[in-house]
Amino acid sequence: MTIMTEPPKEAFRLSMLINDTRYRSLTFQAIAAIALALIIFYLANNVATNLAKLGLNIDFSFLGAQAGYDINQTLIPYSSQSTNLSAAFVGILNTLLVAFLACITATIFGVLAGVLRLSNNWLVRKLMSFYVEIFRNIPVLIWILMIYGVMTISLSGPKAYLGAEPSKELFLGLFAFTNRGIYVPAPIWGPGSMVVVVTFILSVIAVIAYRRYATNLLYRTGKLLPTGLPTIAILLIPTIFMFFVMGQPIGLDLPDPLANRFNLRGGLQIGAPLIAIWFALSIYTGAFIAENVRAGIQAVSKGQTEAAAALGLRSARIMSLVVLPQALRVIIPPLISQYLNITKNSSLAILVGYADVTATLGGITLNQTGRAIECILLLMLFYLIISLTISSVINVYNNSIKLKER
Amino acid sequence: MVDSTKSVAFVRTEDAPSLPPPSSAAGPVKWLRENLFATPANAILTVLSLIAIYLLLRDFLPWLLNGVWNSDSLAGCREVLQGATGGCFAVLTERWNQLLFGFTYPTDLYWRPTVAFALFFLAAAPVLFFDLPRKLLIFTALFPFIAYYLIWGGSIWTPILSLVGIIVGYIVYSRLVVSSFAAGFFGAILAAVIVWIVGGSFVPDGFAVEGSMRSVPSRDLGGFMLNMMLGVTCVSLSVPIGIALALGRQSSMPLIKFVCVIFIEFIRGVPLITLLFVASVMLAYFFPPEATVDLFLRVVIMITLFSAAYIAEVVRGGLAALPKGQYEAGDSLGLDYPQAMRLIILPQALKISIPGIVNIAVGLFKDTVLVSVISMFDLIGMIRGPIPASPDWNGVYWELFGFASVLFFICCYGISQYSQWLERRLATDHR
Repeated sequence: MTIMTEPPKEAFRLSMLINDTRYRSLTFQAIAAIALALIIFYLANNVATNLAKLGLNIDFSFLGAQAGYDINQTLIPYSSQSTNLSAAFVGILNTLLVAFLACITATIFGVLAGVLRLSNNWLVRKLMSFYVEIFRNIPVLIWILMIYGVMTISLSGPKAYLGAEPSKELFLGLFAFTNRGIYVPAPIWGPGSMVVVVTFILSVIAVIAYRRYATNLLYRTGKLLPTGLPTIAILLIPTIFMFFVMGQPIGLDLPDPLANRFNLRGGLQIGAPLIAIWFALSIYTGAFIAENVRAGIQAVSKGQTEAAAALGLRSARIMSLVVLPQALRVIIPPLISQYLNITKNSSLAILVGYADVTATLGGITLNQTGRAIECILLLMLFYLIISLTISSVINVYNNSIKLKER
Repeated sequence: MVDSTKSVAFVRTEDAPSLPPPSSAAGPVKWLRENLFATPANAILTVLSLIAIYLLLRDFLPWLLNGVWNSDSLAGCREVLQGATGGCFAVLTERWNQLLFGFTYPTDLYWRPTVAFALFFLAAAPVLFFDLPRKLLIFTALFPFIAYYLIWGGSIWTPILSLVGIIVGYIVYSRLVVSSFAAGFFGAILAAVIVWIVGGSFVPDGFAVEGSMRSVPSRDLGGFMLNMMLGVTCVSLSVPIGIALALGRQSSMPLIKFVCVIFIEFIRGVPLITLLFVASVMLAYFFPPEATVDLFLRVVIMITLFSAAYIAEVVRGGLAALPKGQYEAGDSLGLDYPQAMRLIILPQALKISIPGIVNIAVGLFKDTVLVSVISMFDLIGMIRGPIPASPDWNGVYWELFGFASVLFFICCYGISQYSQWLERRLATDHR
């Protein structure tokens, strides 16, 4: 027989704040809170004293003042009469532009190099390891400056392309590589071009619908429809048809060597700084992505490939149906954090004179207004928002691919 | 049954010697077929790679092999080359000292950072290779003070006093830690501070004192030396801070956890360059008005905080990878939190995190070149600023960047090879 007794109710004593593990954490947190408050008070006090001594204050009204400087590459209308705030927005858009472009190309470089590193061709394998090791072990800053050097020192001026008998021909008659940037053809949207564009969008939707239908049919009946040729046909034929029906509304504005005696006119100019930072970031981050891709593919156990082969799948289908879906689970989270790195590294654009947000808000605006604290706080806020957004994307993805265990 | 030995004229009793494999299935031909030309697609890839290699080498090799190593200016190089392709490596032989030490470090004192650099390997050796005698760690502990004295010079009492303070702190810690870790930790800090304050009033200052070397101000540091110093200092300072942050993030106390999470996410969310801007234009506001903290120290503070946040995430991964049984084992042995952490959890968690920490260290070392943005003359700062701006070498570009790339490649590739070796060495799981 056991006698159930309630544990003795202890009265709370002060010594329990140190000796009892139940209460000790409260003590520690109280101490930490006090220490934190003291530190914050000390720092804030220092800031206040220093600012008062220099006759400064924290004030964000400079954002509404006239910026007074020009930016050479802008996505939204901007002139030197615009406000500092719109200069910051120009910078933000430029940052997002270069980050977006670099993410796409870095993924392409990285996936190519990562897959080729596992090729059974010895030369290709060695060449790709060489690429990965060289680019991973040299600071991105050096790459940016070297590629900028290639752009500005090694390429000739636009003059080489000018005149009736230029010393250099346009590449394919379309592109000019000069030390001021790359000139590419720009599309001209004539009347009726909307119809062509809408047709193209509709055909993309049709292609997706067709491929869905083919997959469904395969799963339901086992009947295999061709997908390759029909895709190309659906994608191109209606668009080309509409293009000619509407009377060729979309033209190309080519860089014209004869229009001006000093510079190339026409086409779209992509400035050397943008090219340098874009290419350097993609090729540098591509080396890291290649390692992620390789690790992801190698993480799929060999038994999976062998099992798929035993089921009679061909090697392309083994890759697309068995290996890749499992490898992507490993590849995508680090891939997204590489995108985050690209966005953060794009702040180095300031070195080559590309007007990203660090160069406008954290550079020229800061120097002209002298509002160091405000500018840097805003700059950090921007990058924080971007990186918190990207990390929440990683979390959502990780939760969605988590192995469902019972 | 027919007796075959009688009906056949000749029967072979031993095997014929085996023929060598056909030439297409052995030797280099076989290797070529299997590794370079296995399938048509493979053959195309091989040809493409060969073309790529040719294109790379076509411009690069003449530039490298035809380079001029002896000249006193770029014009001199051009005279020697006479229009041929070739690098002007004379800039390296002429200005190597500026590239390595910066352009304001006193020329006659180059031996001091060089000695410090050599001693650094001796100090790092017992940390990197566990087989070396543990006694060498004493030298590792002394190294920061020796290096400080060698690089900055000044009165010898400054490093000696700091060393004495730390020794006293350590003695106090080892006495008190038996009863309570917290008492030991805070007691040690208190003791060290007391020693510094008391000692500071006794030690004579001024440079006429015996044992002082010519003092070099921080702003005179530069070149690759600055990158090395920033990398080594910040990584070694940020490891303990990072571990503390990781433990704080895992803590069950909400307030501590909250503070650590905010700190880590904030630092990881912003680019290093904005933190360096903070160091150069904003951090001074946070110090008392009468204090002047030089730029080098401010940069060290910001880079250390930066890498501590990243190391904290790596260590957190290591802590999370440990099975829960390890934590419970510590509890069931009756160990308190600091004991369980020091004796059971951290040794295992850190072992898992070492490759990650080394990766962070390599990344950080590469990132030290960013200080050139806030006009410190590190290796890249020298390459972009003073050297091409001098009349003799105006226009030199690729040679300098090539030199910087080679230096960084050697260091970073070396560290990553070490990390892979260490990973194999520490692999104790039996597979």
